[in-house]
Amino acid sequence: MVQSVEQIERVDRRVPLVLGGKSFHEVTEAIAAPIEGRTPKLWWIIFSAAVTLLGILVASTGYLFYEGTGIWGLNNPAGWGWAIVNFVFWVGIGHAGTLISAILFLFRQKWRTSINRFAEAMTLFAVACALLFPTIHVGRVWLLYYVFPIPNQMQMWPQFRSPLLWDVFAVTIYGTVSLLFWYVGLIPDLATMRDRAKSALGRMLYGFFSLGWRGSNRHWQHYEVAYLILAGLATPLVLSVHSIVSFDFATSVIPGWHTTIFPPYFVAGAIFSGFGMVLTLMIIARWAFKLEHIMTMRHLENMAKITLLTGTMVGYAYGIEFFIAWYSGNQFEQFTFISRMFGPYSWAYWTMVSCNVFIPQLLWFRKIRTNVKVLFVISIFVNIGMWFERFVIVATSLTRDFLPSSWAYYSPTIWDVAALVGSFGLFFTLFLLFLRFLPMIAVAEIKGVLPQANPHHGHTPHAEESHAGATPAPAEAKE
Amino acid sequence: MAVIFPSWTNKLPHAIGVGLPVVALAAIAGVWYFFSPEFTDVGYRPKQPIAYSHKVHAGDLGLDCRFCHNTIERGFYAAVPPAETCMLCHTTVRKERPTLTPLRLAFKQDKPIKWVRVHMLPDYAFFNHRVHLAAGVGCISCHGRVDTMDVVEQKKSLSMGFCLDCHRNPTPNLRPVSQITNMRWDAKIANYDPKTDPHRKRTVEPPLHCSGCHR
Repeated sequence: MVQSVEQIERVDRRVPLVLGGKSFHEVTEAIAAPIEGRTPKLWWIIFSAAVTLLGILVASTGYLFYEGTGIWGLNNPAGWGWAIVNFVFWVGIGHAGTLISAILFLFRQKWRTSINRFAEAMTLFAVACALLFPTIHVGRVWLLYYVFPIPNQMQMWPQFRSPLLWDVFAVTIYGTVSLLFWYVGLIPDLATMRDRAKSALGRMLYGFFSLGWRGSNRHWQHYEVAYLILAGLATPLVLSVHSIVSFDFATSVIPGWHTTIFPPYFVAGAIFSGFGMVLTLMIIARWAFKLEHIMTMRHLENMAKITLLTGTMVGYAYGIEFFIAWYSGNQFEQFTFISRMFGPYSWAYWTMVSCNVFIPQLLWFRKIRTNVKVLFVISIFVNIGMWFERFVIVATSLTRDFLPSSWAYYSPTIWDVAALVGSFGLFFTLFLLFLRFLPMIAVAEIKGVLPQANPHHGHTPHAEESHAGATPAPAEAKE
Repeated sequence: MAVIFPSWTNKLPHAIGVGLPVVALAAIAGVWYFFSPEFTDVGYRPKQPIAYSHKVHAGDLGLDCRFCHNTIERGFYAAVPPAETCMLCHTTVRKERPTLTPLRLAFKQDKPIKWVRVHMLPDYAFFNHRVHLAAGVGCISCHGRVDTMDVVEQKKSLSMGFCLDCHRNPTPNLRPVSQITNMRWDAKIANYDPKTDPHRKRTVEPPLHCSGCHR
């Protein structure tokens, strides 16, 4: 459909990104309110639930260290179970945060300002959960230093040809860059919180972490440059980290894993799952903290569109996998994919396809994209579907490989479930602490997209003049 | 702007800038030195139930190592001799010496002497004396000059790195198989080259892969 000129949104009459015509001060007040006000009851309820789950994680991990990985449902042939499923799931979720904060920043997508802090925090905590699983799954955690290239008396180095080692570097780099990016962005806001803090402890802590920020011109210049550089550094990570994670599978010879589509397919899936998680969290937070005028329906809709796009890309990858399995003429590959659809794990496969491909198609409709409740439900389905995607990949290929004599059915134990549920406890505990103690929206940045931040704000644009807004009004008066 | 931090905190960044590298270097150096088998294992010299002197027996009297440790060429482990081996001589030599009372007691009661093991490898390291001796690695390479020790102590680190140094380049530790127990043999004086040794059927190629030693 071709849009006529009248239908295109005029640049100087765009709907503001922050609604309600708030002043700079009102925006600061709105964002600082969840930190400075009394702790809401709802926060305590969710927090105690999250800490309970965290307790389950600590207990199950303690038992794991004591007893070994035998408590999980791992055995031959499924030597990789929920630990790697959860790892890939959590790493993937992080990608939406980096996409929003880095790529959308470089593309000057100003709507990202309302949600980037929030999404980056989610990235960090998701990476923390992700790092947990490879750490605890090694069995002898006290030998974990083997993964780092440290000179030692054994003259032993990590296996640099192993994608599992590439993972170590990819994810630790990702975690470091994400932390730096998030922290640098926080500095001006921490200074705001320092200046507003009433307690001496608050002043000390915010003051310490704001690194003496005074908001001088020079500070801002350095800040902007640093932020831009970090955005540049983080951008390739959006693509590289999950590509490397996919190499864990793609560089092996197991049917269903050994495919070249894995890197792009994993990256699309990662962004898809991440947006699902951002939507879930944001819909709760904007409602609970009454920030609907900053995280507007427009933001939700934009994210829903990206979810639809990436979900469809994931669906395309599912289709291409089948096509290539047939086209390759490789009977093992063909068997694996038929077995995925109709074999012992078909229930998981169809859960995955329904949640990731079918249900997101509803987002084609504007009515659904702008319905918060429906959007919330869809985002939950996306989270479930993407967890199942990793489960399907791991379980179906490992339990149905070349030799029928080694086939088996993999099922988790209660301890597998405890680790997954517990990782959600870790994630939500960290996230709730973030919501309570740090500004969940970039205060300084959001002011830059308010209408009054525009140098021409207040001038009535001369609609008929093509250079309206480009020439300052006083200059025109002189003429 | 209100003053939050006292003025002495201005020195903190400098202190951290100087202190942190110092602490980090000290930690690395400390781990490097104190955690290495060179520090923890070398010099291990346990007190034995009988003050047996290798210096007297292997050095001054010139007993061959294999007289007591008779399994080394055939077995995995170097056997510690039973009391009977000692009594081959000590029924006639130094019969009355009081320090040998535990030996005579053990012989009479048919109970083993509880010698304390000095050279220990972890259980997950597969070490076979036989292959090393057959390749012509002398006792001295891992155990040092035992013939000069009154009390035996560990001289080499026996770390994985120690093993690998030789597995990567065995030549300096090779000698004619006839000289494996000779503590005074010197490759330079003997002008020895394993490649030209007519008794060697093949070149020594020690394994470098993990399962060479961790089976």
